[in-house]
Amino acid sequence: MLELRNIGKAYSNGRRVLADLSYTLEAGEYVAVMGESGVGKSTLLNLIAGLDAPDTGEILINGVVMSSLDDDAATRRRRKELGFVFQAFHILPHLTLRQNVSLPLLLNGVQVEGAIEAAEKMLDAVGLNGRGAHFPRQLSGGELQRVAIGRALIHHPKLILADEPTGNLDPDTARDILMLMRTEIKVNGASGILVTHSRMAAATADRILVLTKDGLHPLGAVNSAALHQSG
Amino acid sequence: MTTRTHGGTLSRWLFLGEWRAHRIQAGTAIVAIALGVALGFAIHLINTAAFNEFSAAARSLSGQADLQVRGPQPTFDESLYPMLAQHTNVELANPVLELDVALPGNSGERKNSTLKILGLDIFRASDMAPDLIGIPAEDKLLDILADDAIFLSPAAMEWLGVKQGDPLQLRVGTQTITLRIAGGLRRARAGQRIGIMDIGAAQWHFHHLGQLSRIELKLVPGIDRAVFTAALGQELELRGQYLVTDTADQEARIANMSRAYRVNLNMLAMVALFTGAFLVFSTQALSVVRRRHQFALLRVLGLTRRQLLKQILFEGAALGSIGSLAGLVLGYLIAATALYYFGGDLGGGFFPGVRPSVHFDPSTTIVFFILGLGITLLGSAAPALEAASATPAPALKSGSEDAAFSKLATPWPAVVCLGAGGMLSQLPPVFDLPVFGYLAVALLLIGGIALMPRLSALVFSAILDAVTRRGHGAMPTLALARLANAPNQASVALGGVLASFTLVVAMAIMVASFRVSVDEWLKHILPADLYVRTAASGDTRGLRPDETKALAATPGIARADFFRSSQLVLDPSRPNVALIARPIDMADPGNTLPMTGDAIDADLLREDATPIWVSEAMVDLYAYTPGRRVTLPVAIPPPDFVVAGVWRDYGRQFGAIQMRLADYQALSGDQKVNDAALWLEAGVTPEEAIASLKRLPFGEALEFSEPAQIRALSLSIFDRSFAVTYLLEGVAIIIGLLGVAASFSAQALARGKEFGMLRHIGVTRRQILGMLAAEGGLLTTLGIVLGFALGWCISLILVFVVNPQSFHWTMRLSLPWSALLSVAAALLLSAALTALASGRHTVSSDVIRSVREDW
Repeated sequence: MLELRNIGKAYSNGRRVLADLSYTLEAGEYVAVMGESGVGKSTLLNLIAGLDAPDTGEILINGVVMSSLDDDAATRRRRKELGFVFQAFHILPHLTLRQNVSLPLLLNGVQVEGAIEAAEKMLDAVGLNGRGAHFPRQLSGGELQRVAIGRALIHHPKLILADEPTGNLDPDTARDILMLMRTEIKVNGASGILVTHSRMAAATADRILVLTKDGLHPLGAVNSAALHQSG
Repeated sequence: MTTRTHGGTLSRWLFLGEWRAHRIQAGTAIVAIALGVALGFAIHLINTAAFNEFSAAARSLSGQADLQVRGPQPTFDESLYPMLAQHTNVELANPVLELDVALPGNSGERKNSTLKILGLDIFRASDMAPDLIGIPAEDKLLDILADDAIFLSPAAMEWLGVKQGDPLQLRVGTQTITLRIAGGLRRARAGQRIGIMDIGAAQWHFHHLGQLSRIELKLVPGIDRAVFTAALGQELELRGQYLVTDTADQEARIANMSRAYRVNLNMLAMVALFTGAFLVFSTQALSVVRRRHQFALLRVLGLTRRQLLKQILFEGAALGSIGSLAGLVLGYLIAATALYYFGGDLGGGFFPGVRPSVHFDPSTTIVFFILGLGITLLGSAAPALEAASATPAPALKSGSEDAAFSKLATPWPAVVCLGAGGMLSQLPPVFDLPVFGYLAVALLLIGGIALMPRLSALVFSAILDAVTRRGHGAMPTLALARLANAPNQASVALGGVLASFTLVVAMAIMVASFRVSVDEWLKHILPADLYVRTAASGDTRGLRPDETKALAATPGIARADFFRSSQLVLDPSRPNVALIARPIDMADPGNTLPMTGDAIDADLLREDATPIWVSEAMVDLYAYTPGRRVTLPVAIPPPDFVVAGVWRDYGRQFGAIQMRLADYQALSGDQKVNDAALWLEAGVTPEEAIASLKRLPFGEALEFSEPAQIRALSLSIFDRSFAVTYLLEGVAIIIGLLGVAASFSAQALARGKEFGMLRHIGVTRRQILGMLAAEGGLLTTLGIVLGFALGWCISLILVFVVNPQSFHWTMRLSLPWSALLSVAAALLLSAALTALASGRHTVSSDVIRSVREDW
């Protein structure tokens, strides 16, 4: 599904964050990436999303080299095949929840009525039944992240990228959100990469990888039962 | 189609969401564009309506004539008429005597006014200009030929307060004549004030026996007008100096008369629109910065650069469309109201005696709509391009806002604009208009404003260093740190107010320079103690030689100088040139005339040519440079003259020539004079002199003015003519302040998190408000200082380039310090209060929420 081939990346100030990184993510696989601050976890997500280009190496999504695409083509693939969940939620404040969630569908050319209907269903699925007409200012942090998950999944992307999605949430809410995200990724048959500092969050994934200067190192799979016990 | 529909929905959601949340900012931008478009459109409509009506009224006096034959002087001998009437190619020749006849001094509010009277041959005119034929009473059909009858247009009757059968008094020289109002006219234009008489009666009553103003010709069908005009010109050369003109010449002449004035007023109206464009730019730029995270997110979710660019431009276009449409409606209403209550004269005095009405012109309306929309899109383009080109990943992080304006900090585009402006200001006019002068003003303005971010960073960094070293409190440091380290947003906020203040400074300096120069000029040209005339204006005023002798011999009069004013046509497509004959000191003409310095020494003048002194306009329009030999049609054959010097004339922008009265009388044989300047004997007061003069046989017909009265009247006319300028400047300032309000409130909103954080760490509301007021005040102070500098530079172009190229007069620079300081103080206070009021709302909002919101 996703193949990283000898990826290297340095910041504009010359600091190298990724060097000769290789990894293959299988379809339907959900992995967590942990690592120290500044090691390049978010940079890795941006490279996978085509928001940034690697200095060396190639990133292939379903066999297509992302760096070979121009900005518009990369944007169209991102629009269709990727879903994003951020630490800071990033919900558009002046749109209602149903409008926010339906954005990816509209960008992908789905009819307005169909998009709104799907958004309402997705809001139901993420536990926000009947809140479609509300504005983001009327929601708590946990509820906002549920909206963000709904938005990331509504267009059935093949790959979900989540960057510290529970970093701003309390532990109980965080656990709910992580379980919701895992469930929805699995129900939708998507793959997922979760970047986190939290072992508890990482434990919700199928596998945990640690990013170091030397590359990605697997720590092994942890099942959800263990998460509940540790939680 | 489907994709576009979805794109349209998303676009609409984003657009409406933004407007719902920031109604005030959107409303302010719309108001600014609407005001700009409204003023420009209204002034254009008023000027066009007045000009068209004035042209139509002038054309209506010529009826259906193909050509006109006139002399270079206002009248010529009627002996030419039989030759033209019998010409084989002429079907009809219509002789006309057209005079502006003065009304007596006791005419109440119409004092100093004239009535246009046409003397016509009824039998010829009924074919050539049937509308101008009088309608006598049914029982007095022969009144149409009566020597005491005059027929008035409805507007003239209303203006004079008379009706059919009433007597009408008119001033001819020192005499008052009485005519009988025999009826109205078949058809006259609304507001057109004219009187029609039999031509013989007019020649007799107005002392123009044997004189005509023009002969209108209707050619035999099939005659080539151009060929005939050239042939007739050659034929007439043998008989003296005559001009054969057609309608195009007349239209060009009327257009030339007011063109510079209309163009300048339109340019001034554009100032308001220009200021509005800066406001749109700052509104859009700050909105884009505030929504930087949102746009980055949309890019992450799959919105392409092109789609984002289109979205922002669409929002700008929506602002521009609504603002422009509102402006067009408002402009039309302003024009209709102004024309109804004040007529078509916006202060320039170019369109007297017409009552125009506003006409809806689709093409002009579309042009102004496109202008408003175009300027809005121009203001939106830079922010839209910046937002579309931003990399989404960094833009999602906080603290990247000022980076959005980083390109503004580059000084080179500003320096290029300033340099190009300086160079363009040195170029000559195009078609008598200062096109490059206006371009130079625009470039200097844009360059100066573009330099603001760089200057802000330099100035406030220096102040911040000083404040930090001296260990002032945290709040001044915070205010200065923001201005020093994030100057771009602040500078954008000030763009509109800087534009308007700069132009106010420039205009104020120009108007003050003009006013001071006019005042000094009036002092120079009015050296006598008392001025005497029989009427303020008109073709029938004047004093006979016996009357001038009696005036000069009146007890108490030490010296009397007499003037003869007349008109010459040197170019049929240009307005008349004034010819003034008066005593001039050959040894030092500067004693009499306000010379510009370009003069030939009296000893160097050749004896075979009579000296004349010309106004600056004659140099620009006719190349009458000092030393040049010219002929003037003051006699037949036209005598030779030499241009002996150039003098400054603020009274006649189309050119004036002065010569010695003795030379004029010797060459032309015309012994009549129009005005007298009197110096009184020591100890004689003007009142005593006036009493003595009134005892002369013709004393009651004389009008007296003291220099102070003439100066006061002239300056009040000057101020009135600039009243509309002050109004437009005021509107520009208001638009600028609207910009400050919109920008500061947008910034205050964007800084909600910052204020929330400050409140959390113990900063009081009052301290935050103080910080906002200090930021607003400091930034405005810098804007005022820069506005002064920039305005001064632009005023140099207005004074030394635009004015001489538009109106053909030069002036010296004067700075109205007190007025400028008052405006600056008011602006500083307004901007600080605006910044304070804009921040009050944000500071009052929920502190906890403001730090929790993700943007």
